[in-house]
Amino acid sequence: AALNGGLRSQVSAALKEGRVAPTELCQRCLALIKSTKFLNAYITIAEETALKQAEESEERYKRGSQPLGILDGIPIAVKDNFNTAGIETTCASNMLKGYISPYNATVVQKLLDQGAVLLGKTNLDEFAMGSGSTDGVFGPVRNPWSYSKQYKEKSVPKPHPEDEESSWVITGGSSGGSAAAVASFTCFAALGSDTGGSTRNPAAHCGVVGLKPTYGLISRHGLIPLVNSMDVPGILTRCVDDAAVLLGSLAGHDPKDSTTIQDDFKPFELPNLADVSKLSIGIPKEYHAPGLSSEILALWSKAADLFKNAGAKVVEVSLPHTPYSIVCYHVLCTAEVASNMARFDGLEYGHRSDMKDSTESLYAATRREGFNDVVRGRILSGNYFLLKQNYEKYFVKAQKVRRLIANDFVKVFRSGVDILLTPTTLRDAAPYTEFIQEDNRTRSAQDDILTQAANMAGLPAISVPTALSERGLPIGLQFIGRSFQEKQLLTVAKWFEKQVQFPLIQLEEVKRHDSDVFQHQKSASFS
Amino acid sequence: QKVSVEVLQHLEHLALVDFRDAEGVQRLQKAIQFADQLHEVNTDGVEPMDSVLEDRWCLYLREDDVTEGNCTKELLENAREKVEEYFVAPPGNIPLPKLEEQETFLQGS
Repeated sequence: AALNGGLRSQVSAALKEGRVAPTELCQRCLALIKSTKFLNAYITIAEETALKQAEESEERYKRGSQPLGILDGIPIAVKDNFNTAGIETTCASNMLKGYISPYNATVVQKLLDQGAVLLGKTNLDEFAMGSGSTDGVFGPVRNPWSYSKQYKEKSVPKPHPEDEESSWVITGGSSGGSAAAVASFTCFAALGSDTGGSTRNPAAHCGVVGLKPTYGLISRHGLIPLVNSMDVPGILTRCVDDAAVLLGSLAGHDPKDSTTIQDDFKPFELPNLADVSKLSIGIPKEYHAPGLSSEILALWSKAADLFKNAGAKVVEVSLPHTPYSIVCYHVLCTAEVASNMARFDGLEYGHRSDMKDSTESLYAATRREGFNDVVRGRILSGNYFLLKQNYEKYFVKAQKVRRLIANDFVKVFRSGVDILLTPTTLRDAAPYTEFIQEDNRTRSAQDDILTQAANMAGLPAISVPTALSERGLPIGLQFIGRSFQEKQLLTVAKWFEKQVQFPLIQLEEVKRHDSDVFQHQKSASFS
Repeated sequence: QKVSVEVLQHLEHLALVDFRDAEGVQRLQKAIQFADQLHEVNTDGVEPMDSVLEDRWCLYLREDDVTEGNCTKELLENAREKVEEYFVAPPGNIPLPKLEEQETFLQGS
C-alpha cells in the first residue's frame, strides 16, 4: 500500500513513523524490478549502492535525527543520459557502453544529498533521439499498460500465446524507461529529460505525471546534452503533488550551469484549489492538429467544459506559428546535435575503434561504429544546415521562426490567459509492431507536434493522466504555463487531477509461457 | 534539387560520420525538403533568438579563480589508450582517403 501513496502525505509519514523501513522499500522495489524485467525499463540496476543508501537512510530514521528531507529513503530511478558517479551511463548507445561516469549530474547529486535511494538507470531512445523508446541498443521499452487488465479486456483475444506476446504497446519517448518504471511501481519518481516532449509524451502513454520545468530553472550540468538551448531535466511521478516535491528538491541556480537563472527558488506545497473562477484557460486552436484522434479531441473538449462548469473562463486562443514548430525544431535540433555529438571521438571516453591509420580515420570509424542511424542522420543534417552557404537560409531562419513561436505565447499570456490546455499526444500508445513501420524522424515529427513548442519557448508544461482510451490505454492532457510560474501550473494540474480521478493500473500476473520468448531481448541490467 | 556529390563528401569530412548507403543520402534529401517549409514563414524584421532567457539574464563571467581540478586520475580512467598522463591518438594531418580511392556508393547515385 505504501507503494501507492503520495510522497509527502503518505510515504514520508510512514517512514517517519516507522511503519515501513527504507531498506524494506528498497528491497520491494528491487524485487519488482526483477519480476518486471520483461518491460526492459532499466539498463543498469545499482543494487548494492541502493541498498547501502537505504541502510544509511534507515539509520537516520532510527536515530530519531531529522531525515534529510521528504525524499530521504525514497527509491528513485534516473534516465540513462544523466551522469551518475561510479555507475555506467550509456545513453542507450554503443558509443558510451562501459563509460563509468566520474561525477554526478547536479540533479542526481541533489537527490542523493537528500537521502534518495538511486535504484538504477532507465532505458531510452539512443541519445534521447526518438519518441518511442524503441531505438536504443538495449532494445525497446514495453508499456506496463500492455499487461494491464484494462488493456487486455479491450483487446481481441488472440488464438496463440505468441500473438499475445506481440501485441504489447510502446511507452512513447524518449524517457520511456523512466515512465514505465514509475507506472509499474518499481520506483516513486524518476528523472527524464525533455527537449521536444521526451518527458511528457511517455508520461501520457504510461498514465503518469510528466513535468517539463521552465528552461533555466533546473540545472543541466551532467545531463548529456542534445540541444543546449532547449534541454531540461524532466520529472515523472504518480501524482502532481509528488512532482512538486521533486521540483522543490531540484530547482535553483547552479554555478556549474550558467544557463540557470540566479533568482532564489523557494520550494512550495500545492494548495488545494477550491475556486477556479479567477482562472482563465486558453484553448489554442492550432493544437487541433492533423492526425489528432477523435477520442482525444473529445476528451480535450470535455476537460475544457470541466473548467467552464467550475466557473473558470475558458477562451479559444491562437498560436499561429504552431504548425512551423516542428520544422523549426528539426533545423535547430540537428544543428545543435551536430555540435554536441562532436565530442564523441573515442579518445577520452566511450567506444574507441581499433582503427590506427590516422586521427581522422579513428574518429570516423569510432563514430561509425558507435552511433546508430538516427544519430548519424541528425549529425549529417545538422552539418548541412550549418554549412556557410546554408547558415542564413536554414539556421538563422529557424532562429527567427523560433522568436515568432515564442512571441505567440507571450501575446496570449499577455491577453489575460493564465494556463493553456492542450492534448499531449495525437493518439494512445501504438502497438510496437505498428510503430516501427515508420522511421524515427517521421515518427518524431508526428509525435512531437503537441509538445515541442513549449521547448521552443522555454515554458513549463505538464502532462496529467486524464482517462483511458477505448483500447484501455492512458490518455494525458497537457497544461502549459508562464515562465517560472510552476506553482500556478501545478496548482491547476492538481485540481484537474482530482476532478478526473484517473484509474489505477491493474497489472496482471504475466504468465511466461516460454522463456525463449524473452531471450531475444538483451538483458542489460546487472546488479 | 539534389545535393551534389561534392557537398556530400564535404559533409562526411566535416561530421566524420558517413552516409553509409543510398538510404543515408535519401534521409538527408528528405530532411532538407522538410526544412524548406521554413521559407513559407515571413521573418522580415525579426531578430534571430539565441536563447529564451535573453531578457532575463546576461551570460555572466565569474572571477578567474581555480575552484576545482586535480582529477587527472578520474579523467583518464575512461580512456582506452593512454600513456602516463596523455591520451593517445594515432598520427594526425593524414587526410581521409579521397573519393576516387574509396569504394563508395556516392558515384552510383
